[in-house]
Amino acid sequence: MIKTTLKTLLLAAAASVAMAGAASAGKLTIESWRNDDAAIWKDKIIPAFNKKYPDIQVEFTPTAPKEYNAALNARLEGGTAGDIITCRPFDASLELFNKGHLAALNDLPSMANFSDVAKSAWTTDDGKSTFCVPMASVIHGFIYNKDIFKEVGVEPPKTEEEFFAVLEKLKANGNYTPLVLGTNDQWEAATMGFQNIGPNYWKGEEGRKALIDGSAKLTDKPYVDTLASLAKWAPYLGDGYKAQTYPDSQNLFGLGKGAIYAAGSWDISTFRGQNVNMGAFKAPPPAGASDCYISDHTDIGIGLNAKSGNAEEAKKFLDWVGSEEFANIFANALPGFFPLSNAKVTLSDDVAQEFVNWRGTCKSTIRNSYQILSRGTPNLENEMWNVSAQVINGAMTPDAAAAQLEDGLKKWYAPHQK
Amino acid sequence: METASQGRVQQHGIVGMSPGAYARVLIFFLAPAVLVYTLFSVYPLLDTIISSFYSKQNDGSYVYNGVANFVTLLTDPTWSAPFWNAFINNIKFFLIHMLVQNPIGLLLAALLSLPVLRFRTAYRTLIFMPTMLSVVIIGFTWQLILSPLWGIAKMFLQAFGLGFLFGPWLGEESTALITISLISVWQFVGIPMILIYTALLAIPDELIDAATVDGLNQFQAFFHVKLPLIWPTIGLVSVLTFVNNFNAFDLIYAMKGALAGPNFSADIMGTLFYRVFFGNQLQLGDVSMGATIATMMFLIILCGVMIYLFLIQRRLQRYAF
Repeated sequence: MIKTTLKTLLLAAAASVAMAGAASAGKLTIESWRNDDAAIWKDKIIPAFNKKYPDIQVEFTPTAPKEYNAALNARLEGGTAGDIITCRPFDASLELFNKGHLAALNDLPSMANFSDVAKSAWTTDDGKSTFCVPMASVIHGFIYNKDIFKEVGVEPPKTEEEFFAVLEKLKANGNYTPLVLGTNDQWEAATMGFQNIGPNYWKGEEGRKALIDGSAKLTDKPYVDTLASLAKWAPYLGDGYKAQTYPDSQNLFGLGKGAIYAAGSWDISTFRGQNVNMGAFKAPPPAGASDCYISDHTDIGIGLNAKSGNAEEAKKFLDWVGSEEFANIFANALPGFFPLSNAKVTLSDDVAQEFVNWRGTCKSTIRNSYQILSRGTPNLENEMWNVSAQVINGAMTPDAAAAQLEDGLKKWYAPHQK
Repeated sequence: METASQGRVQQHGIVGMSPGAYARVLIFFLAPAVLVYTLFSVYPLLDTIISSFYSKQNDGSYVYNGVANFVTLLTDPTWSAPFWNAFINNIKFFLIHMLVQNPIGLLLAALLSLPVLRFRTAYRTLIFMPTMLSVVIIGFTWQLILSPLWGIAKMFLQAFGLGFLFGPWLGEESTALITISLISVWQFVGIPMILIYTALLAIPDELIDAATVDGLNQFQAFFHVKLPLIWPTIGLVSVLTFVNNFNAFDLIYAMKGALAGPNFSADIMGTLFYRVFFGNQLQLGDVSMGATIATMMFLIILCGVMIYLFLIQRRLQRYAF
């Protein structure tokens, strides 16, 4: 009895696996972790694609974000994965490419629409192969409460000096938390603090690449200066910011109790939900800087399953993802996630538009710990979380923090051991 | 021979059952426990220990490398500094439970067993309640209570003119671990209370009556009659505290994340293991080193339990009533 039941179960399981495989033979299926966006794909993106290519059927089949990497790996190994794979940035996808699961997409015509920075998250270390079409990035900057700025009589700052002058005025007013950021969760200090203002100091890509090839060290002036500037934030942060969590920060600003919020663009939709009258300004460059730089971090890409049976159709779809049409649909459906192509994008959300406008005036870069430098132990990204929080907490000097970062990297990364 | 063996089976009290049937009954009752225990406890433990002797190569394969992982963990400063930090923090975490949770548990149990106490069941239920709540809820609630922005703790202290005492306790390097430990104490104090309370109930009234007749008051009766009788239970509570504390992870992860900051001041063995085994943000999970840390945790707990069994439990006298 038991044996037969087990057999039936196994057969059923095998059948469902076979059917999943069969499904991919008829139409294109998209693997993704963005289950929040399923409705947008089904109602907006795929219909728009079908207007151009009515013969190609496309299905969006997302997995929960936490399970995505493991589930996708299993399906790729088992040969049952979908034709189109949504790519995590950097090492996770690079590993898939190196194992032969993702196809190189160098010859895709729309790849020309993307800058090298945009492609860096899905390009091999030697720069020879790109294996995912860059889809979206998140941009760092500061979101401010327009009503509070009006009440206190301050304008969005354009330089670092003005930034601290504004904070000083807001502090003197005393009714609001001048700058909203907490160090309890640590990543907030590193991502919304260090990576937000840092590119202006280390000159974006130039500095990031110098770190990778070893010609710059984390103990160099730009990094110490970034940390020193970060240390000056402490007096303007909320009462007890050391125990303030990320949701605390969101609420503090969302409820209109904070004036300036050190932001990632994905926060825009959160604050839209709370009806904050908000504007945005980019990380203000320090004195003497001629150019400005923004953290425009590559977050989502989309690639081709190397073993897909519908490679031709899939390539047509991926090429369309690189088009201006897709960029406009995607950006307006998800304010705060910005398309990475050079296409002209018009956004209906004015704050999101403000964020994306900075690309025109400033140079884009990605977070400097993401490519190559976080592959060893101690992990550079973790170290940055730790020291950024400590510097803001006043528990560590900027020099000591920079020294700890460099010492950690030097332990395993050859270009820094010279 | 046949009859002799049958006779023996009958001696075991299974009348009229053939040896085959007897074996089937044995299997029927033992197999579920043995299978479940082997599958979910013995096998993972052995697999963990085996994994700790392998290391991942660049091509993704695993190669046997003896005790090299343990040598790295204990001698390479990149690994040993976090390991000893977590170990020492874990000892602090355990000591706070031993010095605060268990004495309070004992006190509460003693109070609960007082014959004059009213609303006994209500107290018992209320004190035991947090133990049954999910750590995620506990962590979230206490984070709100202690929040410097909207927490009730600050307003409460201010109401008594003690506002200056308040600090962002969960965010300070010097206080984060102690604060979380005390929250954990608050959550789990019901367990020693219930165990000791049950032991106190098992003491026959005649003993207390006799002590009272001999002129002992409530306090003296507790210290000279009841306490010696519940030492074995207190020993059991201590060893349970030890095992649970060195396996702890969830509350710290819920409140401080996998980096257990600031500056790893709240990092214990469980969070260190989690971070290494499963990874964090850009840190990829490392099965071998994770398994090495897990094996060290197992050895530490094993040593602690053996010390208890051989040095303490043997000296405890048990009384049968």
